[in-house]
Amino acid sequence: MRYAGWPGRRRVSRVFENEQRSLLSLDAVTLDAGGTRLIRPVTADIPLGARTVVLGPNGAGKSLLLRLCHGLITPTSGRLEWLPGTAKAPPRQAMVFDRPVLLYRSVAANIRYPLEATRVPRREHAERLREALVFAGLEQRARQFAPTLSAGQKQRLALARAWALRPDVLFLDEPTAHLDLAATRDIETMINAIHHKLAGVILTTHDLAQARRIADHVVFVHKGKVIEWGAADSFFDRPRAPEARRFLNGELFE
Amino acid sequence: MNFGDVIGQAFRLIFSLDPDLLEIIGRSFQVSLSSVVISAVVGAPLGAVIAMARFRGRGALVVVLNALMGLPPVVVGLLVYVMLSRAGPLGVFNLLFSPTAMIIAQTVLITPLIAALSRQIVEDVWQGYAEQFRSWGIRPIRAVPTVLWDARVGLMTVLLAGFGRAISEVGAVMIVGGNIDHLTRVMTTTIALETAKGDLDLAMALGLILLLMSLLVNALSHAVRRVAGPAASLARV
Repeated sequence: MRYAGWPGRRRVSRVFENEQRSLLSLDAVTLDAGGTRLIRPVTADIPLGARTVVLGPNGAGKSLLLRLCHGLITPTSGRLEWLPGTAKAPPRQAMVFDRPVLLYRSVAANIRYPLEATRVPRREHAERLREALVFAGLEQRARQFAPTLSAGQKQRLALARAWALRPDVLFLDEPTAHLDLAATRDIETMINAIHHKLAGVILTTHDLAQARRIADHVVFVHKGKVIEWGAADSFFDRPRAPEARRFLNGELFE
Repeated sequence: MNFGDVIGQAFRLIFSLDPDLLEIIGRSFQVSLSSVVISAVVGAPLGAVIAMARFRGRGALVVVLNALMGLPPVVVGLLVYVMLSRAGPLGVFNLLFSPTAMIIAQTVLITPLIAALSRQIVEDVWQGYAEQFRSWGIRPIRAVPTVLWDARVGLMTVLLAGFGRAISEVGAVMIVGGNIDHLTRVMTTTIALETAKGDLDLAMALGLILLLMSLLVNALSHAVRRVAGPAASLARV
């Protein structure tokens, strides 16, 4: 499954290796609400073709940061730039939420709805629906009313539905926060199966073990501030910030 | 005449399928069902737009709409009467004392009810959906038909509530319909008239049927919700 248009990892990987190009660059991005500063100035780069994990304790502002990147909320100040240095328009994006938002319709109708609403060419619908059902492991449940699925099946459906839109960039907000271990493993397997075809996967989690399993790149957030960001290996082996060290040792409680 | 006789006579009228009785019941249904259909077509999308759009004065509009749910039928009747009377702005259509006038009055009465209740139901569904639709880049106004469809179970009970209010009100249809025999008599106006005349049999027969209707509407409403619970049967591929 390859898509044309925005540079996927394969096409850009050469560039990536040579120049370390970034997918998204945040320049002094802040967010205020009701007189409170929720996100303190963030300057960070999300690398191209990587699985970036936004890591931090609950209430750190991970989800807000993800929504800022996706454009669900507008920053109070600062700039976001996709593929900085090129004149590319923002990539196609899709997002999976911590509590999957399923329409009160069948499993198949849930996959088909965004295909129709976002004007994916009609001739591709059947094939994409079939692939999404297989991807989610829900071929046998295509006609089932989606709200009656189990929590794990719901999130698999949400992820497969997002993938059916063939985004360039996939955002996932705590996708396994409400799932058990088996369902969590299913979701992680699905993410790993598609991330090669994406220009980037950006996922938030408070789960350190999950971050270690998935991350190529880490953005560590604490109290509305990006404390540290960089390659996952160096973050986990040699964290620079004291908060990051305490979080990795399981000692960060506030 | 004692109570037992009245009840007995009433049942005799119902089971003998008295033609006058059937005519009155038929007109009641014709008027109230028409009103519900028109009110649904206007009120449900209106409620959905208010639930999903964000604009100045929205809060005030919601308060007004909720207040309009309690519109007194006689006041609606009076207003529609003034509009439709010869000297009124719509007098030229010569609609007063016709079933059409009664449909207009009941539509005015229950459209706010259906809009207000639809607003609540759609808002609940939309709260869950909003962020996902924003992520898909679908504007709320384009999502209105989607959310109306997905809220269909709740909306069914709203329509039943609207029908219940329409068929049981007496003030509005009495004023604009005039309770004319074989033309604008419906169940409620007949009960009022026959009771005043002392002809309790027909009044009681119609009263029993109204009670039965109320029971039926509530049973339907309950059934709709029960079916929606497991809901597997509602899914359409």
